[in-house]
Amino acid sequence: MSNLVDRRLSGKNRSAANRQRFLRRFKGQIRKAVTEAVSGRKVADLERGEKISIPSKDLKEPVFHHGAGGRRDVIHPGNKEFVTGDRVDRPQSGGGQGSGAGGSPDGEGLDEFVFQLSQEEFMNYFFEDLALPDLVKKQLAAVPEVKRARAGFVSQGNPANLHVVRSMKQAIGRRLAMSAGPREALREAEEALAELEAQGKGRSMEAEELREEIKSLKARVAAVPFLDTWDLRYANRVDKPQPSSQAVMFCLMDVSGSMDESRKDIAKRFFMLLYLFLTRSYERIDVVFIRHHTVAKEVDEEDFFSSRETGGTVVSSALELMHEIILERYPSASWNIYAAQASDGDNWENDSPRCRELLIHSILPLVQYYAYVEIEEENPQSLWREYEYVKKMNRQFAMQRILSLEDIYPVFRELFRKKAA
Amino acid sequence: MMGEHSDKLRQYLSEGSDWTFELLREYDQEIGRVAKHYGLDTYPNQIEVITSEQMIDAYSSVGMPVGYHHWSFGKEFMSTQKSYKRGHMGLAYEIVINSSPCIAYLMEENTMTMQALVIAHASYGHNSFFKGNYLFRTWTDAEGILDYLVFARNYVAECEERYGERAVEEILDSCHALMNHGVDRYKRPTKLSMAKEQARQLEREDYLQSQVNDLWRTVPVREAAEQSKKEHRYPAEPQENLLYFIEKNAPRLEPWQREIVRIVRKIAQYFYPQRQTQVMNEGWATFWHYTLLNHLYEEGKLTDGFMMEFLQSHTNVVYQPPFFHRGYSGINPYALGFAMFRDIRRICETPSAEDRRWFPEIAGTDWVKTLDYAMRNFKDESFIAQYLSPNLIREMKLFSVLDDDTEGQLGIAAIHDDAGYQQIRQTLADQYNLGNREPNIQVWNVDVYGDRSLTLRHYMHNRRPLGETTPEMLKHIARLWGYDVRLESVDETGHAEALGECKV
Repeated sequence: MSNLVDRRLSGKNRSAANRQRFLRRFKGQIRKAVTEAVSGRKVADLERGEKISIPSKDLKEPVFHHGAGGRRDVIHPGNKEFVTGDRVDRPQSGGGQGSGAGGSPDGEGLDEFVFQLSQEEFMNYFFEDLALPDLVKKQLAAVPEVKRARAGFVSQGNPANLHVVRSMKQAIGRRLAMSAGPREALREAEEALAELEAQGKGRSMEAEELREEIKSLKARVAAVPFLDTWDLRYANRVDKPQPSSQAVMFCLMDVSGSMDESRKDIAKRFFMLLYLFLTRSYERIDVVFIRHHTVAKEVDEEDFFSSRETGGTVVSSALELMHEIILERYPSASWNIYAAQASDGDNWENDSPRCRELLIHSILPLVQYYAYVEIEEENPQSLWREYEYVKKMNRQFAMQRILSLEDIYPVFRELFRKKAA
Repeated sequence: MMGEHSDKLRQYLSEGSDWTFELLREYDQEIGRVAKHYGLDTYPNQIEVITSEQMIDAYSSVGMPVGYHHWSFGKEFMSTQKSYKRGHMGLAYEIVINSSPCIAYLMEENTMTMQALVIAHASYGHNSFFKGNYLFRTWTDAEGILDYLVFARNYVAECEERYGERAVEEILDSCHALMNHGVDRYKRPTKLSMAKEQARQLEREDYLQSQVNDLWRTVPVREAAEQSKKEHRYPAEPQENLLYFIEKNAPRLEPWQREIVRIVRKIAQYFYPQRQTQVMNEGWATFWHYTLLNHLYEEGKLTDGFMMEFLQSHTNVVYQPPFFHRGYSGINPYALGFAMFRDIRRICETPSAEDRRWFPEIAGTDWVKTLDYAMRNFKDESFIAQYLSPNLIREMKLFSVLDDDTEGQLGIAAIHDDAGYQQIRQTLADQYNLGNREPNIQVWNVDVYGDRSLTLRHYMHNRRPLGETTPEMLKHIARLWGYDVRLESVDETGHAEALGECKV
């Protein structure tokens, strides 16, 4: 009688550890494949897993085996017309050992080993080593959680918070202050009395009066309460907002006529990556899309990536709009603000200095990081030069030139490389 | 089909395609009963129902129910999973483990018919082969293997913790590369068991290390050394078990590394009989699932629908595409093995004059006993040499192709005719000789008094050279050996020629 066991519920995912070892071993190749995958993908496609292929020669496990050549005698089934002694040409397609029957080492055919990375794994490879510049703690109204924190002492509160030492100190001060006048008078009266007594007038009316006064003054000093309601001090606690975990990302893109499809495509990918990265670093992210040609406009994501305009370029229009939006909706006290701008570098010549001014005086003081990518092979134009000046002055400003799809990933890494600790 | 009244006599085990645990139990009981009737002697059975994912798992760990962790198993898992998901392959019916109890896996997605087929094939076919065949009896210890695998996994995991995954992986990679050269073909192995392994492991570490040091400490006086250098090689006789030689002699391995070499070697040894009995083992299991289920059908226990489905899968399994077919990839061991066992039965039951001439000792004998004898005492090579009949050679239209690189064309050396039977039988048998299939590589010499380099020799067979993996392989061997490794090729005249070298 056999033993029947239902194992279906146990031992799931037993290969997970082996899979991890596989991924670790071929990290380099997988990373490369991920990079290529990103540049080849459609925008809407980024958040999913990826089919990764690795040259299978890299992951062959070698064994000693016979190579082509020598003499071999092999039995095949299904003879049709051969008779002993026939000579036949070697089959072309099969190659040296292609027809090798009788268990040659495992199939040599496939050039690529293809497997599926889950979305999470894909993203992890993608974002490895990356981190945005130091996160700054910000006040954040949108986050309801607060923490009670000490904040000095107050004169009103509940008995549980009574601060004894503080209260006693307060009392000492008050007692000193309140008894200062009577004490002074008392000292004077006593001195006067002592003088009278020294003169032998100790029994005079004057001395009696002084004695009366001293008595009443002593009573007054004694009447100053040891501890008064006024003295009481309470430890103060206030609600302090938790560190900020929300960010807003501004995407600025030139959609003027000079930005052709392939450039826009590169820009799209740049934003895409940045956005995805932020979704990992912050719990809450707002994204503002601003496209511009001669005028700037805030649009939704779909419009941003799909619309196309013609005409010239005035970059400052976008910067102005961004500044307005920040002031209106994203007070920098409670938002981590990031901005990414993509352009082909074209700008109306006279506008570039204005962009510089706007950046330095209005925008950079408010944002955590500002990244600018220029998608152009030609020599940099005025905007690049002005921005270089900005870069010299500001640490939170970064710029890069991207030439092709394949450049995106390295540029991205460059912009947001983890700061060495 | 059957008439009305005979239908009433029938007691179908089930009619639908869905299975339940009760039905599995019933089928197993019936199949077991018939198996007993034919005298199949088996280990106790453990039948486990698993999901397809678990099946892929089992697949990718080469059928080891408990395996240590290694990236290659992950790779295997991923590629199996991919092709399964895409529908490129159905999962095998069965994975069966040579252990006692003999574990067979049933996939939950299968129909009742398929489950019954697997039970017959694995739990009675393979199981009786594991228990009966002399190679398995000699080389594997069905009782101890599960324990040993547990020990191996724990040991490897412990090493990973202590020495890092990377270091363990390197050793395993190199050992895996030599896995086919980890068997001592002429020595009987000792039994495997976890308790003993663990108890002896520490002791062995110390002992081995001292042995290794002893070997290297032997530094005789100079003149004597000069003399013996010429005269004595170490080892005195060439060694074919590279892993064993490395485990015992590699000068620079740490004790834990030695133990890992040993683990891989032991597992290679466990799988060694399976590699040598592919045709027989699969043929035997297929013959018995076919025979047992047909027996049950004749008893009226199985429906026609069951048999249709069963025969369809059975036919797929034993299909042998001809050499000119697109899907041809050599001889299908299921097809050849099944055909041979059936053929032996035919020779026993209804021998022709030709059969009596070729097989006087079995023609007309009790087929059950004859088959049992064949199953117990042969491996693929000798099985084919002994039992491949002219009748089957004709049926399969076997022919022999000679590929000699000194000639411009292929030659047809023999076909299925009177002149060719003997030669085809011999050639096919040779084809299953592991020694021919895999390059013959032996430890030739260690330069004990010099640079400690290891020299291996490849003994060529039919002038066949080594493949392009050789430099890679030398690196692996050098990693284990710790000093330079050289490889020489020896042709049939005994002339040795340097093939490659890996400096450390």
